[in-house]
Amino acid sequence: MKNMIIIAQKELRAYFASSMAYVVIAAFLAITGFFFWLIVSLSREASLRGVFANMAITLLFVSPALTMRLLAEEQRSGTIELLLTLPVRDWQVVLGKFLASLAVFAVMLALTLYYPLVLLWLGNPDPGPIISGYIGLLLLGGAFLSVGLFTSSLSRNQVVGAVLGFGAMLILWLVDIAGRLLGPPVSDIVTYMSMSQHYFDFVRGIIDTKDVIFYLSVMAAFLLLSVQMLQLRRWR
Amino acid sequence: MIEVENLTKYYGNLAAIKDISFTVQEGEILGFLGPNAAGKTTTMRILTGFMPPSSGTARVAGFDVFEDSLEVRRRIGYMPETVPLYPEMTVSSYLNFVTRIRNVENRKEQIEDVMDTCDISHYADTLIGRLSKGYRQRVGLAQALVHDPQVLVLDEPTIGLDPKQIIEVRELVKSLGGDHTIILSTHILPEASQVCERLVIIDEGEVVAEGTPEMLTSRLQQTQRIFLQVQEAAPDVTTQLSRLEGVADVEEQGEGKYEIACALGTDRRAEISSLVVTRGWGLLELRPVGMSLEEIFLQLTAVEEEEQYEEEG
Repeated sequence: MKNMIIIAQKELRAYFASSMAYVVIAAFLAITGFFFWLIVSLSREASLRGVFANMAITLLFVSPALTMRLLAEEQRSGTIELLLTLPVRDWQVVLGKFLASLAVFAVMLALTLYYPLVLLWLGNPDPGPIISGYIGLLLLGGAFLSVGLFTSSLSRNQVVGAVLGFGAMLILWLVDIAGRLLGPPVSDIVTYMSMSQHYFDFVRGIIDTKDVIFYLSVMAAFLLLSVQMLQLRRWR
Repeated sequence: MIEVENLTKYYGNLAAIKDISFTVQEGEILGFLGPNAAGKTTTMRILTGFMPPSSGTARVAGFDVFEDSLEVRRRIGYMPETVPLYPEMTVSSYLNFVTRIRNVENRKEQIEDVMDTCDISHYADTLIGRLSKGYRQRVGLAQALVHDPQVLVLDEPTIGLDPKQIIEVRELVKSLGGDHTIILSTHILPEASQVCERLVIIDEGEVVAEGTPEMLTSRLQQTQRIFLQVQEAAPDVTTQLSRLEGVADVEEQGEGKYEIACALGTDRRAEISSLVVTRGWGLLELRPVGMSLEEIFLQLTAVEEEEQYEEEG
């Protein structure tokens, strides 16, 4: 536990030292801020529904940028050799890095909290869907980041990690469309696997334990795969 | 302190090391000597727990490097070749990170001490990415030393340094012996014989010689051994052979077998064979013994001369 936090702190410092965190946060705020203004002024509705949908899409682009460095750069520069010969377990390395990316993401989300405040000032929004929407966004972001962390373990090249991550996230986001073409029972399974289907429950104001468990399982699965990948690299 | 038994590592079908065995006593400085790509780094990576062996075992302070990897890693300080470090961290923040993970007591003091030892105190707040190669090497050494480990594993610690720095690092390593058990790899023979108490020479993944530097260098420098077998072991073969020019010693092994020691770099096989033929002893076999070791030796000394030349030029 302690080792995990030490690694997370080291990664957080790297995020801000390389100015990556600033760039990503600024881009996310600029894009979602623009859509917030656009959607609210066009719909004249005190709700964040449309904004949440946009934030999820923006996240598709932003998450790979947050995770691409995490494991790829250690392998490219060779620092992985010193990291993995310290008395730490592989899962502590993976979880520490994941927590760091999650922390940056949480800061990013916290900075968008002025959107609901603006709504509160302008009108009379229903707090339920806003709260559940933020919970959904946090879970979706965590799932995306775990996918990105895994693809970052696949290559020494950050860009390869980012592109693979983006591809994987996009497929997991859109997979329910393919499900519709296939018909039941395949469609049921494929729809269940879709990141977007579970997310829109939260946006509608529903907090379903099934959805929460889905995202937590996605995170667990990809973090486990990342640990496996790290161990595989040792065996080569 | 370190026991390596029949260690083998395959990368795919390629064996990087084959059946390597050696031991290192507590407080000893062992030189791991061999030409490039001999398998030095692979052996060290296995010892430090970075990768598991394909077969064989290695124990550090009684702990198996694979079964009790974490215990081994706690007791080892490791400086990999080319010293990969985080360029975005400052020297002190990096050492702070390492000491926290390693659970070092009196972190502040230990860090100050080790920065003093490695002469990097005045760069404490400099980003590692801005340091010169020589100073990065020292930071690498500092992170390996900062928890006062029982065992130090140093992979080519002097590579890429200027002559003055090389001497400093060698002195530092020498002074660390006794309190620490050290394995140091190098492809430079004089460096190994200067710093180390005992040498293990490996080539193409196999141990080819082992012993004190004095033993190995005297054996290697003076002689080149030739094996001879004749059909008829006449009583005067030994004396006749000894009279040949350049022959230092003849050892009779019975059944017409002889081992002849010649000065290094002189090949007396032509003279020996003509002597045997003219005497009518019946030549059965004539071949160099342990040639590979001499070749490795020549290669290792040649490298040093080459590098010295580069440094001077």
